[in-house]
Amino acid sequence: MFGFEEIKKSFLTSLWFMFLTFPIMVIRVNTVQNIVEWRWERMFMIGIGSFFLSFLWRYLLERKELGQKKADLGEVDSIPWNRRIAREPRFYIPALIAICVFVLVFPFTFSLYQTTIMITALIYVITGLGLNIVVGLAGLLDLGYVAFYAVGAYSYALLNYHFGLGFWTVLPIGAGMGLIFGILLGFPVLRLKGDYLAIVTLGFGEIIRLVLENWNDFSFGPSGIANIPRPGLFGIQMSLHQATIYLYFVMIFLVLVTIFVVRRLQDSRIGRAWIALREDEVACQAMGIDKTWTKLSAFAMGATWAGMAGVVFAAKTTFINPASFTLWESIIILCVVVLGGMGSVIGVIFGALTLILLPEYLRAFSEYRLLIFGAVLVVMMVFRPGGIVSPERRIYQFKGTAPDKPKAEASTPG
Amino acid sequence: MEYFFELLLSGLTRGSIYALIALGYTMVYGIIQLINFAHGEVYMIGAFTALIVASILTMLGWNEIAILFIASVVAVVYSMAYGYTLEKVAYKPLRHAPRLSALISAIGMSLFLQNYVLLAQTSDFMPFPSLIPDLEILEPIAHLITTPEIAIILTTAIVMVLLTFMIKFTRVGKAMRATSQDREMAMLVGVDVNRVISITFIVGSATAALGGVLIASHVGQINFYIGFIAGIKAFVAAVLGGIGSMPGAVLGSLVLGCAEAFFTGFVSSDYEDVFAFIILVVILIFRPAGILGRSDISKV
Repeated sequence: MFGFEEIKKSFLTSLWFMFLTFPIMVIRVNTVQNIVEWRWERMFMIGIGSFFLSFLWRYLLERKELGQKKADLGEVDSIPWNRRIAREPRFYIPALIAICVFVLVFPFTFSLYQTTIMITALIYVITGLGLNIVVGLAGLLDLGYVAFYAVGAYSYALLNYHFGLGFWTVLPIGAGMGLIFGILLGFPVLRLKGDYLAIVTLGFGEIIRLVLENWNDFSFGPSGIANIPRPGLFGIQMSLHQATIYLYFVMIFLVLVTIFVVRRLQDSRIGRAWIALREDEVACQAMGIDKTWTKLSAFAMGATWAGMAGVVFAAKTTFINPASFTLWESIIILCVVVLGGMGSVIGVIFGALTLILLPEYLRAFSEYRLLIFGAVLVVMMVFRPGGIVSPERRIYQFKGTAPDKPKAEASTPG
Repeated sequence: MEYFFELLLSGLTRGSIYALIALGYTMVYGIIQLINFAHGEVYMIGAFTALIVASILTMLGWNEIAILFIASVVAVVYSMAYGYTLEKVAYKPLRHAPRLSALISAIGMSLFLQNYVLLAQTSDFMPFPSLIPDLEILEPIAHLITTPEIAIILTTAIVMVLLTFMIKFTRVGKAMRATSQDREMAMLVGVDVNRVISITFIVGSATAALGGVLIASHVGQINFYIGFIAGIKAFVAAVLGGIGSMPGAVLGSLVLGCAEAFFTGFVSSDYEDVFAFIILVVILIFRPAGILGRSDISKV
């Protein structure tokens, strides 16, 4: 492992990266005052960092290749830890109870600030689960997801501003608006293949943001809409603290609804059609699945959740403007899905909580947030494309056949 | 009428810059069917490198032509190095992975490089010196087209001719064409596919860096975000012309550049980017193969 060859390789890599990062990292010019700042210590750090990281990189690549070879030969590793926990009631029942207790007491034991952060994380859980339908299950890369989020948020803000409608009235309307926009945008673009779809959805996302920014009469432009009311509870007056706790429980409720619906959808006829479409489009069509309709339903379903989450977002922040709905927001949600595990509900929840809560608590690193997100996307794709909690492939078994006869197993892709 | 010509020429300039970036997109897509999302970032890094080199040389009091030459060469060399490394780190391990994975990796790389420049340099706009001097011979038509604009159009034309020559007549070009048609078959006849892909990234990055230097000195300011919008626009242009086709990329870029110039000149400048995206959507819906592209039929 640490032979001379390896050290030489790492040494060359580190030299290469020192060369590569030299102008951007080391030199900084101030063109106004004509000063050049040389930051040599950074070069030193990059050299050492890349020297050790290149060992790690090659070691992980080797391990991944070994794993692939094993899988090719049919030698499957022991069941991963997350499966084992999910199968043993003795593990998961106490875990479930612990989570429930934690969720219930959270807003009363932690400060208002913590609760607010948790609400943000829960909003990402909902959007992540929604995007998971589109990207994880149906395999359509949607980079304009935030557009539907914006549609939901602006539905609430504008309907409230013009007609004084409340949160609970607008919640289904926002979801409906998301659905309508999903169908309107999805209908023309879903004929496109993978990467084209990604670019066109990205384009749509930007179009909606730019329209919101420029159409002052409709959306109040870049200055946004303020004083959006928080969710009400039969007209009871609440303090800020109470309102936040209430919103927290509303979010928990919505997350539970989302999880329930997504899980049911996954196992339904249409859910299986999505997964089949992701695995092989041609084979899927040959089995008689209507491609356009299946894709459109996935797209619209994802947009519905985004619309709903948008309403909650507007109610939580009480102020929205187009700057909240940039492309990077879409990419953060994509990160949540990819990091957690595309297609896995638990994975997405885990991904959202990690990605949103970690930067909040590691304030020192907050400016590196997007840098780390980018690196996470690359590293995850290279080493663990399935995400942290990769989705379990369901095996459908005919009842009545002995489980020890593997030939009788009818396994569907997905 | 004069206004019309002014817009046309500014559109051609704009289109030429898109073309320099779009060529890189289209070459990479032609060979490994990947949208290299980080391509715009390579362009941005090229511009930043040129800015740093040019500022230092200006302080040392070198003459203008030498600065322009050295800054461009350094920018091109560094962009090549970035393009090469980018491919090795983010795309090569994913050669056999699903295309969605490679695309997500590309987006990650784009995000990473943007923030790398943001953190290492600055988030503000940096003034960029105008490296291309105004020639006196061109004084009479200066109200229509300036020397930098002519330089941009000429550079694009030269790069285009050189690239076409490379693809059509050299051994590397032949290997590239073979790889883009059938990678496995190319390997069987002895083409070093990994090397060909690396070269494609290097050449694409070099043209992007040239574009970066030219536009930065034309516009006069840069920041870490310029690569993203330029990249998206260039991608729209590449798709418009037919992705994978090099003349298509140039044609698409010129069409997009002129369309944008006329739109901002006659309609409104607020919705300029919206207009570019609408063109993209309309093209993809009605003619997904682009103007010069062939539509591919998937065989099972």
